[in-house]
Order: sequence, then structure tokens, then C-alpha cells
Amino acid sequence: MADLRSPLNRVRGLGSAKEGTHHWWAQRLTALALIPLTIWFAISIVMLTGADHATAKAWLGSLWPAALLVLTIAMTFHHGQLGLQVVIEDYVHNEALKIASILLVKGVAVVLSVVAIAAIARIAFGG
Amino acid sequence: MAEFALPANSKIKTGTTHPAPAGATNLRAFKVYRWSPDSGDNPSVDTYQVDMGSCGPMVLDALIKIKNEMDPTLTFRRSCREGVCGSCAMNIDGTNTLACTKFIDEVKGDVKVYPLPHMPVVKDLVPDLNLVYAQLASIEPWLKSQTPPPDRERLQSPQERAKLDGLWECILCFCCTTSCPSYWWNGERYLGPAVLLQAYRWIADSRDEATGERLDALQDPFRLYRCHTIMNCTKTCPKSLNPAKAIAEIKKLMVARQ
Repeated sequence: MADLRSPLNRVRGLGSAKEGTHHWWAQRLTALALIPLTIWFAISIVMLTGADHATAKAWLGSLWPAALLVLTIAMTFHHGQLGLQVVIEDYVHNEALKIASILLVKGVAVVLSVVAIAAIARIAFGG
Repeated sequence: MAEFALPANSKIKTGTTHPAPAGATNLRAFKVYRWSPDSGDNPSVDTYQVDMGSCGPMVLDALIKIKNEMDPTLTFRRSCREGVCGSCAMNIDGTNTLACTKFIDEVKGDVKVYPLPHMPVVKDLVPDLNLVYAQLASIEPWLKSQTPPPDRERLQSPQERAKLDGLWECILCFCCTTSCPSYWWNGERYLGPAVLLQAYRWIADSRDEATGERLDALQDPFRLYRCHTIMNCTKTCPKSLNPAKAIAEIKKLMVARQ
């Protein structure tokens, strides 16, 4: 279909979406939160080196490690899906494929984070 | 998907070589992008052997010399020849800049001259700028005020005026916008660094009373937030301005008004 709209018509398009700030701000806040959480997680895993299954399970079942790990998982997947959404919007220009890819990324992030958090809950609450 | 390869009718061929006049000793090769809408041929890169003994110091001097003395069909925009009008913006030695303020001496080896990247080409070094001009018009780059105009100038303190420094100097050459990968992939919806710097020029103006409306119009995942702070804009600006900082200031105001 020939596009005979004026350049200004093309630029104005459907107008401003009046959003985007929350997405941008959430990406930055989750990135900030992940700095201490990732350092804590890395140190904790290194300190568990050589520990047996019972020790690791006991660590994961105690209050602070379980709570911080739930936070780490939630922040990681939230941050990851926000970032991947931007990458897809940048590069995928087929509208149907774009929407499908974004839904897939968000769906996978939700499922994986819920499964991971449920697994921690199971250990913490003695499942 | 984003296009990473040139379409078949844009693939660049080797063009003709224009030798230097007899007797010239100090030669410099200029490799210039050529495309004419009339021929139907693919674009090509022509080589011009320019006699530096009778050429001015700037790339624009060489282009004018080529047009005057070697090949009158070479097409490019130029006007002020002193970095004020922004007409001769083009890609020289791989970087967007103004031909009139770029010293030939700064380039090592052959001087490669291409039009501004990722814009439709009208002819040779002349890009079609209709879309960026419409994007500039869309941000309404003029003072908006409801208060009845005073009988004299609208006053600004020196501190308020200082906020416009680094913004008013922009000459709208669009070197920055056409250097931005985000603009290449989403130029239909992303406004690009030059237009966003202009938008901030009016947002930052203490005399303008439409700041909120201006922010409303920019608050959009594509118009503003396609900027990923790549910084090509600031790196390439021939006037040494900082469009990336202007965009960051807009993003800060978006959060401040939440």
C-alpha cells in the first residue's frame, strides 16, 4: 500500500502513549537492587563449596537466605524481561512476531520465577 | 526484523576514476558515494585524484574543487562554508561531520565521503531530510506562553539563561540523529537525538509555559525511550554539543513529575 501521508502525519501517528517512564525507572531500580543481591548470592554459593546436601538445604531453609534468594529471583526475572522487551521492540519489526515474542519472554519469566520461588518455599516450609 | 544488510538495489559498486590534471604532484584520492535517481543503476564509489597543491584545507574545499574542475555532476549541499548552517553534513572517513569544518589533513589514507547514514538518498551526497524536519515540527520548537506578552522583552535571569547554553548552538545538521543505531532501526517512531535536544531546549526555557504538555508528548516508549545512551550522538556532534545529556535531562524530568 502506498503511503501518501505527509511526513508530519507519519511522525504524529497515533500520538504519545503517555507511558514508558515506569518501565524505564523499574529497569534502573531493579538493576540497583541486583548489585548487592548478586554479590550476596555469589558469596553465599562460594561459602557453601564442599558442603553436603543437608547443610545446603538447612541454609536455604533458614529465614534470611530464603527471603533474600526470593528477592534475587524476583528482581532478576523482572529486570531480565524488561530488558528483553526493549531488545525485541528495537529489532523485531513484524508486529505479530513482536507481540508473540514479548508475550513469550514475559510468560517464561513468570513461570521460571514462580517455580523457583515455590521450590524455595517448599524447602523453607519443610516440604 | 531490522535490516543489517543493504537491499539489492543499494549494494555499492566500484565507480569511475577521475585522474588528476597533468603536472599535479601532491595528490590525494577522494572516494565519493555516487547515486543518481535517473540512471536506475546501483550506487557506486567514484575516485577523484585531487591536486592538493591548488586545494583549500577542508573536505568541502575539495568537493567544490571536484565539482568545478573535474566532474560538474557531483551533487552535495553546502552554503555557509563555516560550520553555521549545517548543510554540508555528511559521513567523512566513517564519521558524520560537516565537510566545511573537517580538515583533509585529519584523514589518513583515502578520503571516503558518503551521505549521512540510513537516510533515503535524493542524489549523491544529498539525503532526504523530510522525516527529520517533520519530527522537528512535531515537537513545536517555538516559545509557548499563555501569559499576555509584556510590553518589553520576556525577562530571564542569567542563571535561567545559562540553562540554554549547549542547546541553542545546535545547527540542525542531523549528524547525531543519523549516527544513532536506535534511530536507524526505529526512525519512524523514535524522534532521535537532534529533535530531542531541541525539545529539551524549549523544556529548559524559563519563559516557556508548556513544559508539562511538552513532556506529555514525549512520554512514549518509542519517541523518547528508544534512547539507550549509546552516545554516538555526543561523539559525532561537529559543534561539540551533548544531545545524550539533553535526553537524560528529559528522562529525569519524567521521573521528577511522577
